[in-house]
Amino acid sequence: MADVIDHPSRTAAAETRAATGYNFAYLDEQTKRMIRRAILKGVAVPGYQVPFGSREMPLPYGWGTGGIQVTAAVIGPDDTLKVIDQGADDTTNAVNIRSFFAKTAGVATTEKTVEASVIQTRHRIPETPLSEDQILVYQVPIPEPLRWLEPRETETRKMHALEEYGAMHVSLYEDIAKYGRITKSYNYPVKVNGRYVMSPSPIPKFDNPKMDRMPALQLFGAGREKRIYAVPPYTRVKSLDFEDHPFTIETWDQCCALCGAGDSYLDEVVTDDKGGKMYVCSDSDYCEQRREAGHVGDGGDPAYAARNQIPAGDAPAGDEPAGDEPAGDKQ
Amino acid sequence: MAPMTDIKPGFRDPVLDSQATFRAVLDAMARPGRLRTLALLEDPPAPLAPATAAVCLALVDQDTPLWIAPDLRSQAAETFMKFHCGCPIVDDRAKAAFAIASAAKLPSLGGFAIGDDAYPETSTTVIVQTVGLAAGDGLTLSGPGIEDTHRLAVSGLRSGVWREWMENGVLFPCGIDLILVDGATLAALPRTTTVTEA
Ligand SMILES: [Zn+2]
Repeated sequence: MADVIDHPSRTAAAETRAATGYNFAYLDEQTKRMIRRAILKGVAVPGYQVPFGSREMPLPYGWGTGGIQVTAAVIGPDDTLKVIDQGADDTTNAVNIRSFFAKTAGVATTEKTVEASVIQTRHRIPETPLSEDQILVYQVPIPEPLRWLEPRETETRKMHALEEYGAMHVSLYEDIAKYGRITKSYNYPVKVNGRYVMSPSPIPKFDNPKMDRMPALQLFGAGREKRIYAVPPYTRVKSLDFEDHPFTIETWDQCCALCGAGDSYLDEVVTDDKGGKMYVCSDSDYCEQRREAGHVGDGGDPAYAARNQIPAGDAPAGDEPAGDEPAGDKQ
Repeated sequence: MAPMTDIKPGFRDPVLDSQATFRAVLDAMARPGRLRTLALLEDPPAPLAPATAAVCLALVDQDTPLWIAPDLRSQAAETFMKFHCGCPIVDDRAKAAFAIASAAKLPSLGGFAIGDDAYPETSTTVIVQTVGLAAGDGLTLSGPGIEDTHRLAVSGLRSGVWREWMENGVLFPCGIDLILVDGATLAALPRTTTVTEA
């Protein structure tokens, strides 16, 4: 059975264009074609960085111009867009990008992961598992995973072409020799479909396993470095590791103070000026959905939870003490 | 150049129809073997199929040399492409970013541009006009974009194509990508898709 695409209702999009004088989704058609061709080739060569002619955008680099260009090339009037920054929908960056597309493309926006057809993200993958009907667009500051080992583009391109990743493994192993573990907690390199080493963008390594065989299409855009890459649905994404030092993700020995989740990435939040703090979900939509469904946390006070018989989350107790280090740096 | 009245019309809404067409191709390329139907172009230049013309309108332009196989290279098709896409039409398929061929007379896959290891994206995307595409039957597809396996029946192909496709896969990261067309319906096979004949 073929999915028939009807001529969609385009009134809203046409009205937006007439009212604002913008090109649909800001970019001109020739630029969109170029980006679209790069995206298609990126999908055909999973994990390979396709060069493209990045355009100046009305936002400075660092605001996700690569992700914005990918979203602009992909999005249509029938889409619903969600934008997250560090897991939250309400940061300045996320709000600006969302309103940019509401204005230039007239698309519906949402903060709910399940309602979105296109999700643009910086620094997180939503906790709610994504579906086949969704596209996840990552904003990427530095697309080249080998850049910190080799500053020359001609050399890194050659290394990818020849699948020469020995230096990468050596440097990770040096970490183990020095610290007993791989210290990289963000932007942890992955291998895509057994071939290309790829930067997952600065997501916490906690999110890496979500990339593996994800039902949604994953697209990556780097504006300053002019690179687009992709991971097709259901594609193997393996975090680099060693047999004697397998890849592990962060764990916490507490649950979210607001919703009790024991399976989500937690941010440390300072609650008073006496050093009080609590841990809450970094994914604000996930936390809210759980609270709406009746889940509660201990409010940052385990004793309070015990008194009020609030069930603890189902997180297995972590092996490490809570400590003062930022959550992202934990094993 | 042919008089304007002889040129078949392009998209009614070039911006939104291009976007919808691209999304269909993207979905097809990301999920090899899945069929997508585009009801956006009713009157393509013969002998091109509606989906062939739509894909070209959405993706082909002055930066992407187009090769049209001799059996499909009508005056109407050539004029359409020059007028709407503004693309150079080349005689050497090894220099083409996009190519259009019929399933019955598909030239050897090795003659298209395969890209190189440093820039594998410079390979040809070949649009193949079949006489029938059907899901759930025929070839067994596996690879990135496919959870387990997909089935896809392709009618009208000359013999030997899937053996050449296997050779194309060995070239990875180089290799061509296919967009298979049947009327207004399309499916795609990126170079990563493994095809097993039933
Ligand atoms: Zn929570």
